[in-house]
Amino acid sequence: MPLRMELLVCGGTGCQASNSSRVLEVLREGIQEANLQEEVRVLMTGCFGFCEKGPIVKVMPDNIFYVEVDEESARKIVREHVIKGRIVEEKIYKEPETEERLPEQSSIPFYKKQIRIALRNCGKIDPENINEYIASDGYMALARVLTEMTPEEVIDAVKRSGLRGRGGGGFPTGLKWEATRKSKSDVKYIICNADEGDPGAFMDRSILEGDPHSVLEGMAIAGYAIGAQFGYIYVRAEYPLAIHRLRIAISQAREMGLLGKNILGTNFSFDVEIKIGAGAFICGEETALINSIEGGRGEPTVKPPYPAQVGLWKKPTNINNVETFANVPPIILNGAEWFSSIGTEKSKGTKVFALAGKVNNVGLVEVPMGITLREIIYDLGGGIKGGKKFKAVQTGGPSGGCIPAEHLDTPIDYDTLNALGSMMGSGGMIVMDEDDCMVNIAKFYLEFSCDESCGRCTACRVGNKRMLEILNKITEGKGEMEDLEMLKELAETVKDSSLCGLGQTSPNPVLSTMKFFYDEYLAHVKDKSCPAGVCTELLKYYIIPEKCVGCTACAKVCPVNVIHGEPRKVHVIDREGCIKCGECYRTCRFGAITRK
Amino acid sequence: MIKSIEELKQIRDKYKDVLQNREAEENKIRILVGMATCGIAAGARDTINAIVDEVHKENINNAVVVQTGCMGFCYAEPTVEVRFPGKSPVLYGKVDAERGREIVRRHVKNGEVISEWVLKG
Ligand SMILES: Cc1cc2nc3c(=O)[nH]c(=O)nc-3n(C[C@H](O)[C@H](O)[C@H](O)COP(=O)(O)O)c2cc1C
Ligand code: SF4
Ligand code: SF4
Ligand code: FES
Ligand code: FES
Repeated sequence: MPLRMELLVCGGTGCQASNSSRVLEVLREGIQEANLQEEVRVLMTGCFGFCEKGPIVKVMPDNIFYVEVDEESARKIVREHVIKGRIVEEKIYKEPETEERLPEQSSIPFYKKQIRIALRNCGKIDPENINEYIASDGYMALARVLTEMTPEEVIDAVKRSGLRGRGGGGFPTGLKWEATRKSKSDVKYIICNADEGDPGAFMDRSILEGDPHSVLEGMAIAGYAIGAQFGYIYVRAEYPLAIHRLRIAISQAREMGLLGKNILGTNFSFDVEIKIGAGAFICGEETALINSIEGGRGEPTVKPPYPAQVGLWKKPTNINNVETFANVPPIILNGAEWFSSIGTEKSKGTKVFALAGKVNNVGLVEVPMGITLREIIYDLGGGIKGGKKFKAVQTGGPSGGCIPAEHLDTPIDYDTLNALGSMMGSGGMIVMDEDDCMVNIAKFYLEFSCDESCGRCTACRVGNKRMLEILNKITEGKGEMEDLEMLKELAETVKDSSLCGLGQTSPNPVLSTMKFFYDEYLAHVKDKSCPAGVCTELLKYYIIPEKCVGCTACAKVCPVNVIHGEPRKVHVIDREGCIKCGECYRTCRFGAITRK
Repeated sequence: MIKSIEELKQIRDKYKDVLQNREAEENKIRILVGMATCGIAAGARDTINAIVDEVHKENINNAVVVQTGCMGFCYAEPTVEVRFPGKSPVLYGKVDAERGREIVRRHVKNGEVISEWVLKG
């Protein structure tokens, strides 16, 4: 009996958290009961990127994309769609503005401008089945490299493609490979950096979960290019599913002879081992990562020498990010020119972003370099939630900055983001609206950097803490004008005198918000008010006389009895004694209490 | 153990078929088989499986076979609709497994509309 229908159930971390494993079981049971198991197959794939709308179930070849599928609707999908060919309308994605149901993945705005290179197989193949990877041309790039290209030709192709490191810094990958190739040594190493410590980032996790072989193949190609026979994947312990899928992938690749000795009958040998990290952010920095693999403390060391010269166990080491490696096989197969035709002059190809915050559609998107922030936020992201006003978008996580509305039309790449005082970083992208306080956002990221600083350099350890103290003062309404100057001075010092990338970039969230949202800092310092109404200490509660009907509810909940008034007459708050607990604000049913 | 690039290609080609169904290309020929209660009662399941089988046998990789709900021609079930991209669809009635195979060979593969089975076109 030929296979005529497949149900692809998302098995990424996001969808598994909303119980997609159970959905898969229910679908299988239903299909078994209908005795259709030979014609219809259910399988688990990696992340589709639309995690917030998970669990995702895609029916092929019908090309129907179901969202938020639970057990109940899984049964209905079997009953209606699988057996009778009737689409289950209520589980089709509904466009939030037009309320139109969009059954095909490609017609959903979230997917429209995406170009999937690094994520090419995520949501399409079964990541635990190497045959499916091979069927989508997997390991063909490695085969071509081993049989038709010299290491120099491989490096040349990667150079010409214009691929730059996706781990944050954006260093040209081909140049790094060339430097490691040129270092003379009998033993060299490849490291794949899967530490992914930026808050909110999960692109590397999704690639490892959804298409682990693409990373192994990229590493093997790099190994051939630089002359290494061994590679490590450094992945954080918080990623159990990624580790599980990687283990399966490695053992299947070994069984097939695609890792190990004499790959594909050539004299090239390459094998890979997983190293599990404790998940400290600083361990993502390459020299700290190397120290950690060697069993030492995860602290950065001074560069130069670079890992390309003196790396793991003092041997030349090439370290790249997960997404960087995943881009390599398509570059070899489709050609450097194909890759470099996508993107901007100096940033080629695509970048995966984790879109989050106050947008309608959140999730992972892979877009060509040079797309504008506006396109990502309004076209893919479907605009700001609840019709609120856009304020800023944060890119680059704790190393990045906040970009205001006037720069929404900037085509984004490594260089334009840097010029705006932000960073590409690993691809975090958090959208903020009028309810977000920019001083508070800066404080959030700085707190993160303070916690994660390894403490080696004084500027980073002490400087960041001093900055945080000032921000705390400002958000508590105790800030003075001198503090703002001090803050800026400290930020510059920390940037200039820190040893590693953490300290060198940790002031960016502060500097960029001071540059673009100085008025908010001024409001906090001079007027002692928080325009977004976030900093609790600065809030002042008022009763709007026109709206107050005198129901007395607020007066009853006020714990310090500072709301006065006769029943059915307008009430007032005696702000002297108000402790800003917000109870009255939450209690009033007439919207008569505001805070500013 | 894969020992050569040829062996790798063999594995790729062996599993390629499976992935073909997962490519949602807009410009593929779509073969829709009515699978509502009336269609199933009239034997649509045999029809669809025969069609899928024939598409494989004939190595046609620019067509997908999709089941669909009731098309409103219950008297003529099983019904099969062939849609070439950019052309108006052709609807066949009373398509049993044998007719299904013939539609694949003559219409889908060679572009010949089998007018005597057409319901409306
Ligand atoms: C504090 C800090 C944290 C970092 N964390 C990561 C990380 O989680 N993943 C990553 O790939 N690179 C991270 N990097 C960048 C790495 O040091 C290194 O540049 C990168 O892995 C090189 O790979 P690429 O050229 O492919 O981007 C971090 C850098 C710093 C300074
Ligand atoms: S709850 Fe609102 S309406 Fe009622 S008395 Fe208080 S402020 Fe006025
Ligand atoms: S915020 Fe709290 S303390 Fe202040 S008036 Fe309202 S209920 Fe009373
Ligand atoms: S985990 Fe399912 S869509 Fe991301
Ligand atoms: S920890 Fe690297 S600069 Fe402070």
